[in-house]
Amino acid sequence: MNLTLKIWRQKGPNDKGQMVDYKVTDISEHMSFLEMIDVLNEQLVEKDKEPVAFDHDCREGICGMCSMYINGEAHGPDRGITTCQLHMRSFKNGDTITIEPFRAASFPVIKDLVVDRMAFERIQQAGGFISVNTSGNTQDANAIPISKHAADQAMDAATCIGCGACVATCKNSSAMLFVAAKVSQYALLPQGQVEATDRVLNMVKQMDDEGFGNCTNTAACEVECPKGISLENIARMNREFLKASL
Amino acid sequence: MSEFLSSSLARKYAMALSAFFLIFFLLMHVIINLLSIFSEDAFNIASHFMGTNPLIQFAMQPVLIFGVIFHFVMGFILELKNKKAQGVKYFKDNGAANSTWMSRNMLYSGLAILAFIVLHLIDFWIPELKYKYIDVLPEDPNRYFYELQHKFISPVRVAAYVIAFIFLALHLLHGFQSAFQSMGINNKYTKSIKKIAKIYAIIIPLLFSMIALFHYFNQ
Repeated sequence: MNLTLKIWRQKGPNDKGQMVDYKVTDISEHMSFLEMIDVLNEQLVEKDKEPVAFDHDCREGICGMCSMYINGEAHGPDRGITTCQLHMRSFKNGDTITIEPFRAASFPVIKDLVVDRMAFERIQQAGGFISVNTSGNTQDANAIPISKHAADQAMDAATCIGCGACVATCKNSSAMLFVAAKVSQYALLPQGQVEATDRVLNMVKQMDDEGFGNCTNTAACEVECPKGISLENIARMNREFLKASL
Repeated sequence: MSEFLSSSLARKYAMALSAFFLIFFLLMHVIINLLSIFSEDAFNIASHFMGTNPLIQFAMQPVLIFGVIFHFVMGFILELKNKKAQGVKYFKDNGAANSTWMSRNMLYSGLAILAFIVLHLIDFWIPELKYKYIDVLPEDPNRYFYELQHKFISPVRVAAYVIAFIFLALHLLHGFQSAFQSMGINNKYTKSIKKIAKIYAIIIPLLFSMIALFHYFNQ
């Protein structure tokens, strides 16, 4: 298929940036979206032009690196997938596709479609962990009884890959779904109880310090999340924060 | 404590709690207004009680005024902070693909309601203050129904009220159920809560509209 691409090009963090039109031809419907960008970049290199910079790593929906805003939606029009799992069969011959970086003041553009998502790392470092005794006296995790329901919910929360689609899609650029997933995965397990109070207070403080917006419960993040992280996690974080603050 | 109060989550709790208070007030308001459809005397008795009871006048009314102002001011503060957090706007943003119009436009429905509140205060509250405290006219327990009916002679005013109630419905359709989520309530009862909130969001503005239209057509 032949496509027109409108892609955000920005030379660096201080460049103003703009949308630039490109034509790509002979795109197979079996290609992934990132492979289509690879084809475009090959064409650009052959013409001695600057290829489009974009984030990618595992290309199988695990790492959370790919971060494109395609036709007005994070990771494109399909549900429950990352950009690398989006295939060209989701588009038609002759389509015009807009491709932009994930937008948020806390996700500054580094170049073209590459954004700095270190804010997520700093939030994680503020409390998204449990302090484990590694002296050899660590209790066997299997010896701690955990209900199947709690284990399943914790696992569901832990599937968050920190891609930032929640922030990108939120009209307020709120990071609540990401932070809530990280708080929840520990709040649901006995191992997470010891540091529960500090964790939620510190992570929310870091989230606010990073300049993310306030959640207004539009639920767009839940819809666009490639891992289907539920809004229940935000409600749980709201409870945890209230409990920790009082 | 100061860290808690300045946190984004505290702002969410504040919005939700003030919303619950205003939702309860709307229910009380519509019940009293409904009396005007069924009985002129009952409406006059209820209005006279509300207008002269010191507890309502000097305790509940200031709390209500504070609640309304707080909800609006906090809403605007949140909106400004959220605008700052957004950074550069998208060239193409398909919000309709993942969220409702109501949830994305709470600011605009809120502004329409704010404009209506100003009109409503000019219509009823300011004349009431003038009657009581400026003109210092003798108390007449039977004046309320006539004053209400008189306001709905104008079709323009009735239309403005009905339009405002549509915006109120749109605001409540997202706001009511959203307040539960903000307070951390998302559990097995959430489906029922959403249904009740939806019914409330439609019924209450519908009743307010019916009252305005009833008095317009029964002059």
